[in-house]
Amino acid sequence: MGFPLLSPSYCCGSQPSPPIFHGLLRFKPVTSLRKPSSQKRQLCQSGRASKILAYYGLTTPPYELDALEPYMSQRTLELHWGKHHRDYVDSLNKQLAKNPLYGHTMEELIKVTYNNGNPLPEFNNAAQVWNHDFFWESMQPGGGKLPQGGLLQQIEKDFDSFSNFRDKFVESAMTLFGSGWVWLVLRTEEKRLSVVRTSNAMCPLIWGDIPIIGLDMWEHAYYLDYKDDREKYINTFMDNLVSWHAATVRMLRAEAFVNLGEPKIPVA
Amino acid sequence: MALRAIAGKKTLALGLVFSPCAAAGASAPGMGLGLRQARGLVTFSLPDLPYDYGALEPAISGEIMKLHHQKHHQTYITNYNKALEQLEEAMAKGDSSKVVHLQSAIKFNGGGHINHSIFWQNLKPVNEGGGEPPHSTLGWAIDTDFGSLEALVQKMNAEGAALQGSGWVWLALDKELKKLKVETTANQDPLVTKGANLVPLLGIDVWEHAYYLQYKNVRPDYLKNIWKVMNWKYAGEVYDKEIA
Repeated sequence: MGFPLLSPSYCCGSQPSPPIFHGLLRFKPVTSLRKPSSQKRQLCQSGRASKILAYYGLTTPPYELDALEPYMSQRTLELHWGKHHRDYVDSLNKQLAKNPLYGHTMEELIKVTYNNGNPLPEFNNAAQVWNHDFFWESMQPGGGKLPQGGLLQQIEKDFDSFSNFRDKFVESAMTLFGSGWVWLVLRTEEKRLSVVRTSNAMCPLIWGDIPIIGLDMWEHAYYLDYKDDREKYINTFMDNLVSWHAATVRMLRAEAFVNLGEPKIPVA
Repeated sequence: MALRAIAGKKTLALGLVFSPCAAAGASAPGMGLGLRQARGLVTFSLPDLPYDYGALEPAISGEIMKLHHQKHHQTYITNYNKALEQLEEAMAKGDSSKVVHLQSAIKFNGGGHINHSIFWQNLKPVNEGGGEPPHSTLGWAIDTDFGSLEALVQKMNAEGAALQGSGWVWLALDKELKKLKVETTANQDPLVTKGANLVPLLGIDVWEHAYYLQYKNVRPDYLKNIWKVMNWKYAGEVYDKEIA
């Protein structure tokens, strides 16, 4: 969410996805950094014609940085979140200070800067900020195992079995050339789940699909912990890190946008 | 010659079947059948490094060099060989869609092999001349095309740092125009994908695996330090050979 800023030093700590997600997923309470409306009015009244900027904040993962040990080390989280992710946010803000792309949620900003295939310079940073937010929330301490209920049923419907899906996901990640991401998405057109792969900063939001899980396959995501052993990293993600809770919540939200079946209306 | 003139078509054909290698070599260079039986598929193997793994310290750590050479480069070679084998099969069966499908694997893994083979030559331990600036022909060409060696280094470092994702930054010679250029390629695309006339003189691997263990996310530091072990002599030799 971009907020109108009249003083550039004020950080709004915006959430790129609707607050409900963070309320459900956070394991530690986080004080909202959203500015109360009364103060906002005061600011508006005090300034003359001031520049309006969009400004995004770095969200914290919904767990402590050492909570994913031993599958993803604290060192990796410190670097990956504290340096890489933070760099993307800082670079994006620096770019936005010059380019008035104001008034967008993070998801809208990605689509706007993608510019239908001719990406603006802000696209890379914006997309990577969103991708990494999504990635942290796709994992949890004590993750892995199996999804339950509706999500499991949908996976079994669209992939024949959970292990089929798992194999497909792992294979997709293993055969990715270069840097990129692997996703479980809900395809809005085909109305089914699917495994897709994107390069560099690309994100399935671009073409309107709804991501359910994301896995970062850039080397910086696993190199410190697994060196070149990508297979181990991917399998560890599936067995111990992936948050099916987050996936279920996302699925529930997605079903508000995609009709996955006939509603069971009781016949009188 | 005379013998062939005397021999009829039938005997010639028989001769080909009985000794495909000799006949193919002697009479019909374009004859597919004999040549294929004579030619084996070339498999590639990991070239040795011309220096120890730890010899490039402190610019590049021994741990990185070992992993980079023994794991990453080896994997590219293994998969390249596999892809070539599959390509041979697909070509033999005339399976066009498989042939086309394999192109991306060949470009990626073959490119990885090409690029890394050049990369090992581009580096040299300090006590063997690594880091010594280029002289004579290449040195003058750099001054002409970039103004100074510092300007070239700065340009390559800037482009290398700005590269999104994985790729390479190259000092290239356009052998048609006889000019030096700085180019970048994505993933493992070899330099020729940017221009058929481009010859790689120096390449810097900016994939994260090339520096992450030592420099973490600070790619600019890696780029600054790698010049201390750059083998300008090799670049000069390639340059002189192409220009001549």
